[in-house]
Amino acid sequence: MYKLTHAQYFTALKENRLEGLKCCECEAITVPPKATCQECGSPSLEVTTLSGEGAIRTFTVIRVAPEGLEAPYIVVLAELKEGPWLMGNLEGIEPSAATMDLIGRPVKLGHRVVTGMRYTAGEGVVPLFSLAD
Amino acid sequence: MREVAVLGVGMTKFGPTDLSIKELFAQAALEAIRESNLTSRDVQALFVGNVLGDFAEGQMNLAGFLADEIGLPPRIPATRVEGACATASIAFREAFMWVASGFYDIVLVGGVEKVSSMGTPLATRAFAMATDSHYEEFCGLTFPGVFAMLTHLYANKYGISLPTLKEQMARVAVKNHHNGAMNPLAQFQAEISMEKVLNSFMVCDPLQLYDCCPFSDGAAAVVLASREIAQARVAKPVKVLGVGQGSAGALSRQKDFTVMQSRVASARQAYKMAGIEARDIDLCELHDCFTIAEIVASECLGFFEFGQGSAAVEKGSTRIGGKIPINPSGGLKSKGHPIGATGCAQVYEIVKQLRGECGKRQVDGAKIGMTDTLGGDAGTVVNLILGV
Ligand SMILES: [Zn+2]
Repeated sequence: MYKLTHAQYFTALKENRLEGLKCCECEAITVPPKATCQECGSPSLEVTTLSGEGAIRTFTVIRVAPEGLEAPYIVVLAELKEGPWLMGNLEGIEPSAATMDLIGRPVKLGHRVVTGMRYTAGEGVVPLFSLAD
Repeated sequence: MREVAVLGVGMTKFGPTDLSIKELFAQAALEAIRESNLTSRDVQALFVGNVLGDFAEGQMNLAGFLADEIGLPPRIPATRVEGACATASIAFREAFMWVASGFYDIVLVGGVEKVSSMGTPLATRAFAMATDSHYEEFCGLTFPGVFAMLTHLYANKYGISLPTLKEQMARVAVKNHHNGAMNPLAQFQAEISMEKVLNSFMVCDPLQLYDCCPFSDGAAAVVLASREIAQARVAKPVKVLGVGQGSAGALSRQKDFTVMQSRVASARQAYKMAGIEARDIDLCELHDCFTIAEIVASECLGFFEFGQGSAAVEKGSTRIGGKIPINPSGGLKSKGHPIGATGCAQVYEIVKQLRGECGKRQVDGAKIGMTDTLGGDAGTVVNLILGV
């Protein structure tokens, strides 16, 4: 039943390709993948490749990290061109330079592989955004 | 559905302690049973909340051990529930429904948490497990991080400069510490100044140390029963007027989470069931895990228009004696936040306030009180309305 599992999504992301799901009922885009449309709940979905382009809607600099990660680093929520929001990290700017001016800035997608965290079911692949302007 | 009332409540002092999960829970539970003029043998079921016992003490399957600790016999079902920081409120709502349905007459509900022995890196990691394991945890998202992003979103959406918003947020911390200073069970019983808040170290831009609630140990418990039993047993039963609960997925799916849909839905259920509106609430214990969290909650619950909550703090509307006193107990910020116990600790404060037993922090003439408990990044929200 799964059109796109988390493992398939991670594999594509490792090639800087952002795979999402398009709803056959309402046409909304769901990303990261799940079993049902994130807007209407329909299970009728098909895989679609997204642009990986968007704009920062909010961000933070994490200065106290969980066990297994090293602070500081930037977490962002970006609104993609295709509509959905996507969480990732931001590279290419110093944490000290991360101010409110980041909001609205265009970003493009890369990726980061995360290993070495305890209590996970294998590695993770994270959208790693960089500023596109 | 029949009417349900709170007979008695119990709570430990919050803050670091050498007591174990079982010992903390027993202290609160036995106090609640005693206050209800009952014994352990009168309890027909136990619903208990705990989040991190697996990591803190290597203890799973907790409910049976807790039932045994307080002397419940083998025929009594004991159930642990977990919903991050909303855990104990979920347990309360479950217990309420079992009594309301008539299946049980007397149910004990409680919550307990013990994190002080975990250390900050592991505790931060374990708390972050309440975010999405595949799409948020690997980004290194932490709970201060969730609310730091919320702060930036709020400032940008409503056109409030970050320094102005930060000052309004600091007033939340100052108010809640002021209230907590009058609460003998609070973790921090000391006033703090605006300067202290605004000069504390940066945890997660723009949240500083005093924007954040502490890691806490503690337990709280409540006895629920049918109204008839409550009236026969205690002088001042407190009625459960309404309950609500909502759910949500990862933050990216919620998009603009300055309006938390799971919370708006939960509050709506509770108001509808109670047959009242936000303006009928005399006081509210809400989920101020971070200073911005109190502001956003006060809007989602309908006390203020969206975008007006931060200015309302500045006006003093949320102080004891203000339009809607928020967190007279000191809230999570000053009272402390043992995550599995918080929901029942909020009920504890509301019950004591409605009985008029809160001394210097008493909200005069309080007849209807509300709780609000947020689990994870709004994945679970519970609201409870109590009245006399
Ligand atoms: Zn759809």
